[in-house]
Amino acid sequence: MLISVSNLKKIYVSDEVVTKVLHGLTLNIESGEFVSIMGPSGSGKSTLMHILGFLDKPSSGKYYFEGQDVTKLEDEQLALLRNGKVGFVFQTFNLLPRTSVFDNVKLPLLYSKMPDEEKDERVKKVINAVDMSHRENYFSNQLSGGEQQRVAIARALVNNPAIIFADEPTGNLDSVSGVQIMKILQKLNDQGKTIILVTHEIYTSEHAKRIIKIKDGRIVGDEPVMNRRIATDGEILK
Amino acid sequence: MLAVVSCFKTASQALLLNKLRSFLTMLGIVIGVAAVIIIISVGAGAQSLILAQVKSLGTNLIGVLPGKSEETGPPASVMGIVITTLTYDDAMALADKNNTPYITSVVAYAKGVATVNWRDHSVDTNISGTTNGYLETENGEVEVGRFFNKDEEKSLVKIAVLGSQVKKDLFGESDAVGQKIKIKKEAFEVIGVMKKRGTVAFQNYDDQIFVPISTAQKLLLGVDHINLIRAKIDHEEHIDQAIADVKRVLRERHDITNPADDDFSVRSAAQALDVITQITNALKYFLAAIAALSLVVGGIGIMNIMLIAVTERTREIGLRKAIGATNKNILSQFLAEAISITLIGGILGMVLGVLISLFISTGAHLLSYEWDFIISPASIVLALSISFLVGLVFGTYPARRASHLDPIEALRYE
Repeated sequence: MLISVSNLKKIYVSDEVVTKVLHGLTLNIESGEFVSIMGPSGSGKSTLMHILGFLDKPSSGKYYFEGQDVTKLEDEQLALLRNGKVGFVFQTFNLLPRTSVFDNVKLPLLYSKMPDEEKDERVKKVINAVDMSHRENYFSNQLSGGEQQRVAIARALVNNPAIIFADEPTGNLDSVSGVQIMKILQKLNDQGKTIILVTHEIYTSEHAKRIIKIKDGRIVGDEPVMNRRIATDGEILK
Repeated sequence: MLAVVSCFKTASQALLLNKLRSFLTMLGIVIGVAAVIIIISVGAGAQSLILAQVKSLGTNLIGVLPGKSEETGPPASVMGIVITTLTYDDAMALADKNNTPYITSVVAYAKGVATVNWRDHSVDTNISGTTNGYLETENGEVEVGRFFNKDEEKSLVKIAVLGSQVKKDLFGESDAVGQKIKIKKEAFEVIGVMKKRGTVAFQNYDDQIFVPISTAQKLLLGVDHINLIRAKIDHEEHIDQAIADVKRVLRERHDITNPADDDFSVRSAAQALDVITQITNALKYFLAAIAALSLVVGGIGIMNIMLIAVTERTREIGLRKAIGATNKNILSQFLAEAISITLIGGILGMVLGVLISLFISTGAHLLSYEWDFIISPASIVLALSISFLVGLVFGTYPARRASHLDPIEALRYE
């Protein structure tokens, strides 16, 4: 079992105001799955993703990652997990401006123990995997949105993580670019990578193999996708 | 070690993205470090100049001043206190080989200030009532005419020898020897003009008129005492012995049995050198400390810019954390940026400071001053470690702030 979560709760307390975001979620995700976490904004899906991706800590409940209880880990150890076990793809790409594609993709390796001589080779390999080799020395701000997101996926892949978290990866893209991104994610999943896609669009979520629906901090649906969409050129995301 | 290198590599990339800003931020440190280096170097150069001049007077000289004083402190006469315990006969006793075998020559001074007239020219200058021993003891040289002799120094004869500056001010290019000048309404015949000697250790040797000491005491100053005795010792090794002789002779003459009751003090040129070194050192370090203040100002500028940078790069910090940077990584990154700014600024300031110091010493040499170009390794080490420290001190707060950002908030920051 890759991810095993039980009775996960998240409560924010600020200025005496208590906001319950997650009300005791329980779910399991196996290695190799392609899961959509779907729900309207404010449903708690982003918070769930942040906890699953070690960016945030639950208020209570259990989270086992690869059999390890991660709720007890210190910040340093969580940073280590983020670096080695997960890759993030954000809606807003979050590439460093005025920095080359190559250096952007290499960024996570700055914090990893990978031997220096392997790093450049690894970076070139993942840039090639998202078909961006021809832009390797471009600055990230010279690229189109779709290209930027492909670079971001390469960056998420560079440490060979167990899971890719994609938070509304197509949200800022036109539909043609969006299809390309979904195609890459599906291809990665076909190669065995576990992917967790967070989205509020039913259409996008149907590219996954399994959809977990969240509403008001509770799981309201968890089922496999019957008619899975396969991203192909010419398809219009809507 | 590798981590440190990669930290500074990342830092230099960030700094290069904002070249103008990095440079302007650096400027405060550049100027501060340059100022410290220049002041220490120029101070040491000026010190070498003064010490060389004092040494040129001869390190085998001792001086006897009226009144008791601590050996390391200033003599009472410097404070304007008039003490009348030394006389011409004391000086003559010291010149006696039977009393003081190591003293080769002695000069006594009775000093004052007066207005001197020649025709319609007039100058205010120093009157040095002195003895014939001046020439030998102080290495004085006569340019034109002659100096007064042993007999004349005891008589009340009204003759004068002009310092080169006084000669120029009064007579210009015309001959002075044989002319009558008026000092305090008394007519004096000019019998000689001294060679130009310049200003040595704050004392202008050319701006004075020499008259026989008795004449000065009786006719011009109306006193019986003298202000200073200088004695030349045959060899530097005998200075301590000679000082002991002088003290013995003067105590005998003044009926002093307890050294604590001394009414005179004896100083050697070596002591004077020590005192001058102490004073100039104090000045040098005081000025350097003031210059170092600008480093603090520069440091505040760096803190300011780093805080702005942390805010501007909040999303970058969030991202770096999301992809695995620990708080420590972020802290080191921003600290490395601040330290890079101050260290590079420190190195630039050092180069600038050394160049300007070299320029100043070269200029001083061209003006034929014996000005040494001195850059002490200590001042370089000091400047660089201070720049490092400024970066560390003023970079820590912004870097801590960056490292404690919540990654989720930081990623959402617009």
